[in-house]
Amino acid sequence: MIKRMFIWLALLGLILMFLPFLRDFDFHKELGDLSSQYIQGSIDDIKTQNVVTSVVVTYRGLDTLGEVTVLFLATAGVGFLLRKKNKILKSRVSSELLQTGSQFLFVLIILTGIYIFTHGHLTPGGGFQGGVLITTAFLLLILADVNLKFNHSILLVVESFSGAFYVLIGLLGILLIGINSFLDPTIMPLGSFGKLISAGAIPVIYSLVGLKVGSELTTILDKMGGE
Amino acid sequence: MISIIIMVLGIIMIIAAFLAIHLKNLLSAIISAGVISLLASVIYLLLAAPDVAMTEAAIGSGLTTIIFIFTLKKIRKGDLDD
Amino acid sequence: MIFSIILGFLLLIIGIYGMLTQKNLIKIVIGFSIVDTGTHIIIVSIGYLRNRTAPILDGAVDLANATKQVVDPIPSALVLTAIVIGLAVTALMLSFVIKLYQKNKSLSIDDYQELKW
Repeated sequence: MIKRMFIWLALLGLILMFLPFLRDFDFHKELGDLSSQYIQGSIDDIKTQNVVTSVVVTYRGLDTLGEVTVLFLATAGVGFLLRKKNKILKSRVSSELLQTGSQFLFVLIILTGIYIFTHGHLTPGGGFQGGVLITTAFLLLILADVNLKFNHSILLVVESFSGAFYVLIGLLGILLIGINSFLDPTIMPLGSFGKLISAGAIPVIYSLVGLKVGSELTTILDKMGGE
Repeated sequence: MISIIIMVLGIIMIIAAFLAIHLKNLLSAIISAGVISLLASVIYLLLAAPDVAMTEAAIGSGLTTIIFIFTLKKIRKGDLDD
Repeated sequence: MIFSIILGFLLLIIGIYGMLTQKNLIKIVIGFSIVDTGTHIIIVSIGYLRNRTAPILDGAVDLANATKQVVDPIPSALVLTAIVIGLAVTALMLSFVIKLYQKNKSLSIDDYQELKW
């Protein structure tokens, strides 16, 4: 009873803390200085159509490196906790329709995922969305055939190499240009505005991030769901 | 026009949030949480952020629901009570 | 469009209420996921300006004065990272729930009283 009253008091305090923010809030009329600078730099210096991609990969590249690290730690934690395989119960063999359909759809979904993360600088999308689509394709295989075993060494190799190459490309920027350019995409030639081979090293960096995210999420799903 | 759509979607999301907390059947609660993420993805599209909408639709209402259901499967393999 | 900010705050409050009052471990993790969604809606709706379009510079936006036609791109970039991290943390919490259940065979938080004084 007392605990209930304290919970209601705490929630009421939280609402009272949020109210001054709501009372005199109105949307901005103009963009701030930092956003204008990022949009101008994305047109002039990097020649990328998708401004959010250029912010995530170039201007805030260290945050993306931190996010990849957090994802790696979470995968390591899940892999450590769910280590022992339980004994396998008797499971049914899935029907012919499901097996054929899932093999056909698997190729189409992986192709869509690769399209999304290689065109990340032209259309909405990028590495994270493409990686999640690749994980969905592997999830379809897990759901269709319960006794599927993944080749864990291939997943391990893909994940480690894409993470290592991401940091190596970042360090190449320091070697080739100067001490201030970690993760600079101008190490590769900038093409014209709007073509597929353009925007320097951004498609390469985003593809590596997409492969890393896809393989890590597949590892998490395999540990939690596979028998 | 956009305000009216956001208000209607908001009312449905709050009802789904209450249902996700108070329902006794765990499977229904998990699906209500998935509905919240799906409607949030539509709101992101109305607020002119297409990258965020794509990511939230794939992760929030796809992968989060699936890992909750995998957890339920591992728990119910032992005994039959929730 | 002040409605989206009020919606985000209401989802935050409902999620915290769910985490504080429920006894089932999986309901607590569902409440955490609702708090995440509410916070992301607040951040994205701060970066919205009226009558402007998405920050993709294709044919619909003319490049000469692009800073007067697009929405702020920075909150979108922050929320993109935050959604993926939210999923990873939820997966880690659920694997903790599985290990706790394998030890004590109970999903109610009243049976895990060993650390209380």
